[in-house]
Amino acid sequence: MRSLVRLWPYVRPLRGRLAVAACVAVVASCMSLVIPLALKWIVDGPVADRDPAGVWLGGVVLLVLGCAEAALFGVRRLLLARPLARVEADMRAALYRHLQRLPVSFHDRWPSGQLLSRATGDLSLIRIFLSFPLVFLLVNAVTIAVGFVVLIQQQWMLGLVLLAPVVPMIAVCSVFEERYSRKARTAQDQVGDLTTLMEESVLGIRIIKGFGRHRGQEGAFAALAGRLRATEMDKAGLLGALWALIITLPELAVGAALVLGVRQVADGALSAGTLVAFLSTALALRWPVESIGFLLAVTNDAATATDRFFEVMDARDPAASRAVASRAPAAAREGGLRLEGVEFRYPDAPADAPPVLRGVDLHIRTGETMALVGTTGSGKTTLTALIPRLHEATAGRITLDGAEITALPRERLRELVSVAFEEPTLFSATAGENVLMGAADAREAELLRALAVAQADFVHALPEGHRTQVGEQGLSLSGGQRQRLALARAVIGSPRFLVLDDPLSALDVHTEALVESALRDVLATTTALVVAHRPSTVLLADRVALLSGGCITAVGTHSELLGSSREYASLMSGPESEQEHRR
Amino acid sequence: MTDLFDRDVLPAPKGASLALLRSLLAPVRGRVRLTALLLLLQQAAVQAGPLLVAYAIDRAVPALRRGDYGPLAAVGVGYALCAVASGLLQLAFVRVSSRVGQDALFELRGRIFRHAQSLSVDFHERYTSGRLISRATTDVEAIRELLNDGLQELVGIVLSVLYVSATLLLLDWSTGTAALLSLAPLCLLVRSYRRRAMAVFRRRSTAIAAVIVKFTETMNGIRPVQVFRRERANDAHFDELNHRHRQANGDAMLEMARYVVGSRLTANVALAAIVMWGAYRVASGSLALGVLAASVLYLRRLYDPIDRLGMFLNSYQSAAASLEKIAGLLAQRPTVPEPTAPVPLPARPADRPGREAVFEGVSFGYRTGGEVLPRFDLTLRAGRTVAIVGATGAGKSTLAKLLARFYDPTHGRVLLDGVPLGEIAGSQLRREVVMVTQEAFLFSGTVAENIAIGRPDATREEIERAAKAIGAHDFITALPEGYDTDVRKRGGRISAGQRQLVSFARALLADPAVLVLDEATSSLDIPGEKAVQRAMHTVLRGRTAVVIAHRLSTVEIADRVLVMADGRVVEDGTPAELVAGDGRFADLHRAWRESLV
Repeated sequence: MRSLVRLWPYVRPLRGRLAVAACVAVVASCMSLVIPLALKWIVDGPVADRDPAGVWLGGVVLLVLGCAEAALFGVRRLLLARPLARVEADMRAALYRHLQRLPVSFHDRWPSGQLLSRATGDLSLIRIFLSFPLVFLLVNAVTIAVGFVVLIQQQWMLGLVLLAPVVPMIAVCSVFEERYSRKARTAQDQVGDLTTLMEESVLGIRIIKGFGRHRGQEGAFAALAGRLRATEMDKAGLLGALWALIITLPELAVGAALVLGVRQVADGALSAGTLVAFLSTALALRWPVESIGFLLAVTNDAATATDRFFEVMDARDPAASRAVASRAPAAAREGGLRLEGVEFRYPDAPADAPPVLRGVDLHIRTGETMALVGTTGSGKTTLTALIPRLHEATAGRITLDGAEITALPRERLRELVSVAFEEPTLFSATAGENVLMGAADAREAELLRALAVAQADFVHALPEGHRTQVGEQGLSLSGGQRQRLALARAVIGSPRFLVLDDPLSALDVHTEALVESALRDVLATTTALVVAHRPSTVLLADRVALLSGGCITAVGTHSELLGSSREYASLMSGPESEQEHRR
Repeated sequence: MTDLFDRDVLPAPKGASLALLRSLLAPVRGRVRLTALLLLLQQAAVQAGPLLVAYAIDRAVPALRRGDYGPLAAVGVGYALCAVASGLLQLAFVRVSSRVGQDALFELRGRIFRHAQSLSVDFHERYTSGRLISRATTDVEAIRELLNDGLQELVGIVLSVLYVSATLLLLDWSTGTAALLSLAPLCLLVRSYRRRAMAVFRRRSTAIAAVIVKFTETMNGIRPVQVFRRERANDAHFDELNHRHRQANGDAMLEMARYVVGSRLTANVALAAIVMWGAYRVASGSLALGVLAASVLYLRRLYDPIDRLGMFLNSYQSAAASLEKIAGLLAQRPTVPEPTAPVPLPARPADRPGREAVFEGVSFGYRTGGEVLPRFDLTLRAGRTVAIVGATGAGKSTLAKLLARFYDPTHGRVLLDGVPLGEIAGSQLRREVVMVTQEAFLFSGTVAENIAIGRPDATREEIERAAKAIGAHDFITALPEGYDTDVRKRGGRISAGQRQLVSFARALLADPAVLVLDEATSSLDIPGEKAVQRAMHTVLRGRTAVVIAHRLSTVEIADRVLVMADGRVVEDGTPAELVAGDGRFADLHRAWRESLV
């Protein structure tokens, strides 16, 4: 439960309101005690005495008290309603902001369902905790403390009898808390897993349908939901047991006090009236004591939710601090894109696995286009991810026009380097907006030019032209169409450096040829690295680099490499033609 | 129709929410009754306390003075028994009611999931995964709150109101009647609260779904988000959506505040009025003082549960808004429905390869747009490989999806060995027709599990054989744990080309009579593609195949080529015929030869 303390920065802005709300709650609960007293006074006094003036006065007092009570109830809720909604929203916004800026390696590790369950379910648990249990744990504690003072003052010996269960109850509560919070954590993680499975089953719906595998998915989902149900039942069992003890122990003490009290009354040491008054006070404390079980459960849920929230918030971008440390003496101000001894190993790769890239040296001169070629899985895509710093090179340096990329602010770096990914992701926005993401200040003319370069003129034929909504919440486009939009996004605004990862894979030959010829103009003025699988794409480049075994093993023009590198020749024409060559 | 999707308000038939709730609780009806009984007993055990106190003072004290310890012992034992019983009954209640709630939730989650799986692809293209997740998480959570605490609250409230009203009526029927009349304005308040809260909760449920949609879209596209520096623009958009939810959330709490103030005020005013009236009647001698005193104390208790009623209503309305959303989802019918009376496909003789597919007067248009495929007839003979080429957007994929029954044609029908696709049971259709798309999605799990999606009961040997046939074996064995490598943990590391190989192996393992390949090799490098092509000669033998490809190398193995443009088949013939001609295919082929250099 200590983790709840960490909520303080978010709760701080409403600490005043919370304090007032707590006071109001205390006053309101006293008020609820006063109203019965007022009723008793009216009935015993003016009504019994047949005193009309007194009755009127009593009526007015009752009315005033009643209105005051209603008002206090309202004030507490009014004070907290908007601010609590705000705490939840602020925490969610903070989480979203933070996640957007965490490195890709973090997102590779965390399924988005787990992140989502933190942003929704966990945060609403925290809001519920702040709105009710936080205040009432306090109010109840005060009520119980005051109640005991009153009890002990009335009859110290009987009061001590009632205090007897306190020690075992504290022990029970702490055992409960430990076990319950473990279960609560499991349950919340299982909800995250369930969310992930749900998401995957929608994203992969075509495959599931294509193979008629929905039964299997349903089975997996049912198994997971069943585990969640079992955890929730365990939680309920724990809560039930706690509740049973919290009800039984004090009641046993009250019973003991009753027996002792009755003996004292019989002995004449105590008046019957005092005993009744004592026991009524004890019974009035029943609800505050019993509700502890429920309040503790909610508090524990909130505490684990807080843990889960901060688990993500505490994740740091490891590169943020390293950036300054690794600043090497400024190299000669040479132009272009240079990779020197670049090594990369995935952070979660087993220690004995060789790094994906080990010592990549490559220089792309200003204005030059370099094709990057290698077998499937040789690390080409990984290499392209290092340049905009989606992943951080584990060793070596990458410089843009002589400036080391780790020394550049990321924002600036990504302004300089424009990327088209192999898998074109479009966002829920208009087609035009999707392209304009590449250069926020670009004008309509540039948009049209970029669309023309990428041969994405189909956009004009969409129902609302480039203002047509696309992406998950819009029109679904074919793979080739998406790829062309993604390419337009990369080339808009004439970026200084361009990284294209197999940008034409989904295009038909005809369109590919058109794109290639239009792309030539763009490439003429930028420094570009183009991952290529086919000769036609390679021909866009001035030179070609062959990536093999984690290193660049050859650099040269297409025809040079065809002659000098057997691996390259086989990649470009397949092993069969290689055999043909040999023959 | 699009509007309803955009605004996230799918219609549900009237009363569907309640019917849904009822159908969830129906199987656990017995347990629901048991919880009510347990609660009754528990209340009885709790209420016994004051009676025992009265008994102790009235009987045990005099008895004790006579030296008779019996009554005192009875009180002590009785009290202890009640204490233990109320604890145990509470434990039993919590367990049984959680079981009820959890069973209902389990069923509800499963239903949402199963239903989502049964809905057609075009539904998912519009509903978005985020909304579906929202239905299965935050909306289910709202119902969980109702089921967890709602039952206890409701039973408690009803019991207490019944008990107190009966006592009041017995004490003095006119005071009792007045008290019951005072419940009328409270009912009005409840009604007004319910109406207003429903609107707010609907808004809240829609708002959180929008937040979730934005959230999942961002996290799934984190690479482009970061590279194109969308962070700040996203922050702003997210803040806007988040703010809408925050507003609705605050409104919901304020509605509650309104109700609590209104109802408490009504109750307290009624209390004061009844006390005054009672005092008048005592003064005029028509009411005994003692009766008034007792009535007044009971009156207060009559109004006690209004706060609890508020809490119950709060969770009830919130759950109602969520139930409505879920019912709206569950009311969606698949546009590609399962046949009610499936017709089995004729048995395939061992010597006959594949099955024959016929498009009969088929035309197709998406609901949202114009016609994609104008009316056409086409016969794909059994055991033949047909290649479809054409520019992107020519309708190749649509034709393939009609064959795999991802959509049903707007007019006409598609027949497989003479049986309309719509009349074949889904499970059989999926065994017979398998489609591999360019989106090679991998599920969490190992590589082997991903291939086994093609045939879950396949042995490891069969899985490896399929992978070998397609040339995926080498890269898989090079992964850290070979076939047992978890693709999620290293999901980013399996390249697009490798993913396509895995999904190819998946299709191969399924061993269908009709195989549809839609751009299934677009991300492969040339050696990979050549390996696949070599494999295709054996893989496609013995089945009907439709191959859509941009790379004409794949087309060369086809028996027949269809060239499509603007939704129509414009050329049709063997590859040799078409290459020799002077049509589009001949042009394409020339361009492709040149691109190979």
